[in-house]
Amino acid sequence: MSFISLLWVLLLGSLLGLELIGKVPPTLHTPLMSGANAISGITMLAALTLIVKAEGNVPLLIIGSVSLGFALFNVVGGFFVTDRMLAMFSRKPSNKK
Amino acid sequence: MNLPVIIKFVIDLLAVLLLALGIKGLSKVKSARDANRLAAFAMSLSVVGLLSYYLGTSGIAIQSWIWIIIGSIIGSLFGSILAKKVPMTSMPETVALFNGCGGMSSLLVALGVAIFPISNSVENLDFFKSLINEVSISVSIFVGAITFTGSIVAMAKLQGWLSTPGWTQSKVRHFVNIVFAVASLIAFFDLINGNTSSIWLLVIVSSLLGIGVTLPIGGADMPVVISLLNSYSGIAAAAAGFVVDSQLLIVAGAMVGAAGLILTQVMCKGMNRSLVSVLFGGSLSAQSTASSGSGEYTNITSCSVEECALTLEAANKVIIVPGYGLAVAQAQHTLREVTKKLEQNGIEVIYAIHPVAGRMPGHMNVLLAEADVPYEQLKEMDVVNPDFPATDVVLVLGANDVVNPQAKNDSSSPLYGMPVLDVQEARTVFVIKRGMSAGYSGIKNDLFDLPNTSMVFGDAKKVLNDLIGELKDLGVGEK
Repeated sequence: MSFISLLWVLLLGSLLGLELIGKVPPTLHTPLMSGANAISGITMLAALTLIVKAEGNVPLLIIGSVSLGFALFNVVGGFFVTDRMLAMFSRKPSNKK
Repeated sequence: MNLPVIIKFVIDLLAVLLLALGIKGLSKVKSARDANRLAAFAMSLSVVGLLSYYLGTSGIAIQSWIWIIIGSIIGSLFGSILAKKVPMTSMPETVALFNGCGGMSSLLVALGVAIFPISNSVENLDFFKSLINEVSISVSIFVGAITFTGSIVAMAKLQGWLSTPGWTQSKVRHFVNIVFAVASLIAFFDLINGNTSSIWLLVIVSSLLGIGVTLPIGGADMPVVISLLNSYSGIAAAAAGFVVDSQLLIVAGAMVGAAGLILTQVMCKGMNRSLVSVLFGGSLSAQSTASSGSGEYTNITSCSVEECALTLEAANKVIIVPGYGLAVAQAQHTLREVTKKLEQNGIEVIYAIHPVAGRMPGHMNVLLAEADVPYEQLKEMDVVNPDFPATDVVLVLGANDVVNPQAKNDSSSPLYGMPVLDVQEARTVFVIKRGMSAGYSGIKNDLFDLPNTSMVFGDAKKVLNDLIGELKDLGVGEK
């Protein structure tokens, strides 16, 4: 991928993000933040790449592994905790309007 | 293009689409839970895509597998344990902690690439390419470090492990932060010039900057800061995407970054604060007591729990206004017991939820849902406001600024324009509060001076427990 096309990807991704959330009911602010936070743990892919390309370089393998651990802590914990919050809403008849 | 490349391309595309749908769905009550699962699925899909790509092309060494498995197991294990165990009241600091770890991950990736350049990416790099590489590494380190230390400080403050030091409320902090910022800039350019050792300077000063920026911010503004830091961790992920040349990372990071920014804006609006004043204004109380001489209370009526119980017993309609104090005292279950008693006595009870009630917008709904309060009894501000004139008793529990009539009546008040609950329209208002201290805005609450307002002093949980006892003595709820 050339740098310019990566910049396009960045630009379009940002625009998409800006458009995705328009009106959010206050009830959902906390879960939404927590869910988006879990997604930002996508850096786990970068950590994986690092490990795969380390080619036996042990310090790099360790850095990659620690980084992967942090990222997955964010991802797994984030999604579980969001689910826990949202489960409380959907347990009740949640048709507000 | 060979097969692994095509497969990865398709999977990445699908993952981006699902992630976008996930974020979109998370902003609607009905679809939120499924959307969260969809996003989780998209994330696992992206991992499968990446691993299958490497399996199909360069292969993955056994040694790599071992480290992948170690990292995954430890990270997921701790993440899921924490997510299952943490009480709902500490949700904000939990999100902060997760977020900080995401930032740390981006930081480590960039550090790893910087110290041990990945073999095939460093070969025959032209000048332009290596420049991009260094810039993205620096950005990733800078944003990642700020996200990490900022989130950890936010968490520590919300947990009460850290208080706001006095000097951070003075002008000194701007000076200190500017020094850190300039130092990071110097390290940044030094790094791009090829001086790799300045990477450590960058790590240190950007970490300090994260601390310096977050430390002065008051507890009640923390949700906004966490939301902003969440947006940063998206940016850090996007920067890491440039480092390892991954479009998926860039798209997902950019999406989270932008969406986080919008969410931050939405939250600021609900609290009637501008982002600038949250970030640079410091804790609001420091300013407002200095500027708008907050005035003394002249007509405070205090009353005992017993009186409160007697009034409640005679009421037909009661509105509960829960706030930050209730969340801090973790009194939502005790509150539920009180309202159960009242309901058994045929009294209509509803909960008025201000958009920013609790420790985070939407947090109060989560807490009350946890205490098994029926969803229909939770009323949003606009729905409940016309109800107050027909209400006998309002119980204000640990809320302050959101019930301050100044926001409607006094155009000189800093609160002016903030949407508030019109509790003063009710016949009697009981404010359960620890003392006469001001809310986080530091502004005098005119409500407390009104003749139909009585203060019940004490910790929310203790007062509610006493109230249960008094109601029992009166025979309320025991037909």
